Amino acid sequence: MRILVCVKRVPLTGGKMVLTADEQALETRHLGFTISPHEECGVEEAVRLVEQHGGEVTVLTLGPAEAAEQIRDSLANGGDRGVHLVTGGEEWDPQATAAAIVSTVRDEEASGGGFDLIVFGNESADAGNYQVGIRVAYALGRPIATGLKGLSVDDGRARCEQEVPGGRDIYELPLPAVVSVLEGINLPRYPSVPAKLRARSKPVESSTPERPAARLEKLRLVVPPGHGKQAEILGTGPDAAPAVVEMMRDIGVAG
Amino acid sequence: MSVLVLVEPGEELSFQAISLARDLGTPLHALAVGEAVTELGAYGVETVHVAEDDRLSTYAPTAWAACLDQLIDQVQPSAVVAAGTNRGNEVLGHLAARRDLPFAANCIAVGNDGSITRVRWGGSLLEEAHIDSDLKILSVAPHMVEATTVNGGTANVETFEPALGDDEFVVKVVEHAETPSAGISLAEAKVVVSGGRGVGSADGFGMLEELAGLLNAAVGCSRVVTMAGWRPHTDQVGQTGTKVAPDLYIACGISGATQHIAGCKGAKKILAINSDAEAPILASADYAVIGDLAEVVPAITAELRKAQS
Repeated sequence: MRILVCVKRVPLTGGKMVLTADEQALETRHLGFTISPHEECGVEEAVRLVEQHGGEVTVLTLGPAEAAEQIRDSLANGGDRGVHLVTGGEEWDPQATAAAIVSTVRDEEASGGGFDLIVFGNESADAGNYQVGIRVAYALGRPIATGLKGLSVDDGRARCEQEVPGGRDIYELPLPAVVSVLEGINLPRYPSVPAKLRARSKPVESSTPERPAARLEKLRLVVPPGHGKQAEILGTGPDAAPAVVEMMRDIGVAG
Repeated sequence: MSVLVLVEPGEELSFQAISLARDLGTPLHALAVGEAVTELGAYGVETVHVAEDDRLSTYAPTAWAACLDQLIDQVQPSAVVAAGTNRGNEVLGHLAARRDLPFAANCIAVGNDGSITRVRWGGSLLEEAHIDSDLKILSVAPHMVEATTVNGGTANVETFEPALGDDEFVVKVVEHAETPSAGISLAEAKVVVSGGRGVGSADGFGMLEELAGLLNAAVGCSRVVTMAGWRPHTDQVGQTGTKVAPDLYIACGISGATQHIAGCKGAKKILAINSDAEAPILASADYAVIGDLAEVVPAITAELRKAQS
């Protein structure tokens, strides 16, 4: 199987959201970066499918030069090669992101053969637009199932499982197909040191696509009100237990 | 100009979506797929269009989007709105892709000039944005907009037969597998006892389970805990886990990363048990106990036993 998995570099937020002075982004000077959680599971799922069926996992990201780090992390976790669409760090709206991915998929498929499966995270941790995978599927004329917590491939079909209240809904898609997954579909592996070393020599191709005008244009970010509550300290150590139970009684949950 | 709202049967969030849609214009039209949704008149809906086709008896996102697409040509709305549910966001994503139009997911405020406010980071941050389109496609963030009724009458119900090809049903639910329920569901529990890194190990959750047993509570955890393999992902509370809204959320040894707060901020009250009086969780909690949870949690359990006996 040839699988393409798309990932996004996002800040590892801590306990507080702090914005840059121009209100265009999170202040990330003191933050690390990671792959958006659903996509981290997308990489793991793609690698497991290839371990089972044979083939190759290509990892694609659209992001700043620094997003090379997230490609290397994905290669250390079992990806075979990377494709980096390098941006100047500004945000791309979902339509522009999807168009850039579609154009890359067409080029990749013309030279290296078709992808049986293209894997996305259901939504990115930061922007949460819920649509890039769907747009890519439409442009390529392929079926898409979203929000998956289970995925298996057999005989040219993908069995896709969604968690819904009370159980699971099952979809069966003919390949080639597009899927988006949720965290919890698997528990991603931690890369070993040798795997990290091997990742350094895996091929990564990069190009610099032109950013079209945004049709969903971010104007400014705002930290919502309601942050900065001051907790009432009920006590210190085990001596606080009676005060805790009294509070539980007051709010009617003490049983 | 008119506004078209996609409603889902039995989905309360649809009423919130209708309430926000009223800010965009009248008359309000609603689309229900395969099954009529009644009582929308009270929310200001003038006409409910019920799409009928035998193949719509199970969910098929492409077909739902095709129904919306065809109804748009008939109703000529200035906006199409749905609740920011899994299906709402999925169907609007399909619609936006079909028409190559922008789609703003999880809005909390909208204006006719294309100005919107939407949530990012699972609600930890807001974005003010502009959507550049004559037909605006918008979903409404769950539980951020109040569902309000108006002095409306009864909505007209009109059936509508969409022209759907077999290709619209390539993606459809072919099977529903019931999961046997295991105890109190995290999403519906009145009390949640949740543990983070501070619990220290999978075994450490034993004392949380004991306390939860006395309170008829569900046990939850933070992302660090599932990543360490101490608890299954189904227990995870947070932006990428379950979002909970209990009467009391007890956060034991949880630092309070925004990823976690996005999942528990719907709780009426939050009690933080933490050894660090400076932990960020205290800025989101109503009550706190400062101390080692390995001592505090068993003490609360003992005190509750005493009170309950």
